Amino acid sequence: MSVLVYIENADGKFRKSAFEIISYAAAIAQQINKPLVALSIGKVGADELAKAGQYGAAKVLNADADQLSKSNPQAYASVIAAAAKAENAEVVVMSASYNGKSVAPRVAVKLDASLGENVISLPDTSSSFIVKKGAYSGKAYAMVELLAPVKVLSMMPNSFKVVPNAVTAAVSSFQPAIDSKDFAVTVKETVRASGTISLPEAELVVSAGRGMKGPENWGMIEELANLLGAATACSKPVSDAGWRPHSEHVGQTGIAISPNLYLAVGISGAIQHLAGVSSSKVIVVVNKDPEAPFFKAADYGIVGDAFEVVPKLIEAAKAFKASQN
Amino acid sequence: MKILVCISSVPDTTAKINFTPDNKEFVAAGVTFILNPYDEVALSKAVDLAAQHNGTVTVINVGDATTEPVIRKALAIGANDAVRVNAVARDSFFVAKQISDYVSKNPFDLILCGRESSDHNGSSVPVMLAELLGMPCVLFAKSLTIDGTTATLDSEIEGGKEVLSVSLPFVAGGSEGMAEWKIPNMRGIMSARTKPLTVVEAVEVAQKTRLVSFDKPATRSAVKMIAVDDAGKLFEMIREEKKII
Repeated sequence: MSVLVYIENADGKFRKSAFEIISYAAAIAQQINKPLVALSIGKVGADELAKAGQYGAAKVLNADADQLSKSNPQAYASVIAAAAKAENAEVVVMSASYNGKSVAPRVAVKLDASLGENVISLPDTSSSFIVKKGAYSGKAYAMVELLAPVKVLSMMPNSFKVVPNAVTAAVSSFQPAIDSKDFAVTVKETVRASGTISLPEAELVVSAGRGMKGPENWGMIEELANLLGAATACSKPVSDAGWRPHSEHVGQTGIAISPNLYLAVGISGAIQHLAGVSSSKVIVVVNKDPEAPFFKAADYGIVGDAFEVVPKLIEAAKAFKASQN
Repeated sequence: MKILVCISSVPDTTAKINFTPDNKEFVAAGVTFILNPYDEVALSKAVDLAAQHNGTVTVINVGDATTEPVIRKALAIGANDAVRVNAVARDSFFVAKQISDYVSKNPFDLILCGRESSDHNGSSVPVMLAELLGMPCVLFAKSLTIDGTTATLDSEIEGGKEVLSVSLPFVAGGSEGMAEWKIPNMRGIMSARTKPLTVVEAVEVAQKTRLVSFDKPATRSAVKMIAVDDAGKLFEMIREEKKII
């Protein structure tokens, strides 16, 4: 028996979320006293694969067949299920990234397993196997017992700290047979905006709403985000108006995020918006209306006009950055 | 072209969420239920596609009779007919099994779902359904066009997008931006009353999960207000007090 963790790469590199998920899986492996096996799919260099060992993966399976070089949830799920069977895994763990969410339910069906989606903490394995996950779009948590012998978990990004735990990673090639039917989707083009930080996994997020008055005023929000190394986000009215892309909309019908810092400028804090950001560790709200409901859900509040406060925050961020260097 | 849209009935997005004192059940009393917003986008897209390709739209819901107002809403938006699998949805695998059972007996050219439901947020039903049917699935579709039997989709990925090509049939998840919201007009609402709604019985599914309890996020301690003139101290303050940056 073992714990299998699938680690994602982007263009051959592991992101922080990969080390986060290895750390999480290593903690589960320790908790149930089973060895940890990591699985990488796609083309990843030897130096990069060795990094998995820094977080506790002593064994790394490298599924680097040419046909797996482009992301393909259907084929990746087959590879993960094959690895789970080969390693006799009782727990299969991955990140609840866009890719992970497209893969985990398939793996669960293939393994006849129970699926725990969007889990936010270690499972309770004291007498059964109970996971804690978000429910009602961030307004609640659900504790769910996974009943099948094999469990597949997808973890909300930023839910677990990266824990260095250096072991030597023994990398071995893993080349399962894959059905050609798994290649029904053709990737014609991949567009990755360089330099931007992926919103679902961002540790810091600067978000803005209608208080910005128009899309032409987003320059200062982007500047502040860049200085902090933060992703940018927005409220629903802003994406509905076409000021910002839908992919930036956080809230109940957009995406749910759980960064360390959520800095909201000119967002009143409707219940639908709060739902998507309430699991942020620290919330800062800047709004000129002292009665804005968002202040009740915030850790820090500044009552003031965005056009007066944001330039001060930009200066502060520059000074803060300088003090860290 | 036959299009199936999987829909669920969820608490209104503005609803306050409450549980029974033992935290084992959601309190539905006093809560308005709506068509899951992500499903509504998928349905709007399906109605557009059906108009372009001389197709029909069927909606399917797994639920007891209390979900029928939401099914009628979907019919008012423009679905031609509806199917209700008569069972309380237990978990995503249960729902995916019910729908795959129906689709295996009643094939469709395209299956659209919301990319998640706003009550459980698992994003699992579309993917499990595709797996059970042996179909591809594009869960985070931002756009969808169909030419003959080939579809082109923009799919959301970390920090960007992929342009995908896939042959029918397949499953796609809808989210905002995929289609314009459709607001039912009076004619739609009137005709929805008489459109066919078929009730089918559920198939047996082995139980995979059991809900133990619900919990609400801890309330934050009182907000610390900072004067505008002190805004420059914000990041230092967060570093000192919260140690997260």
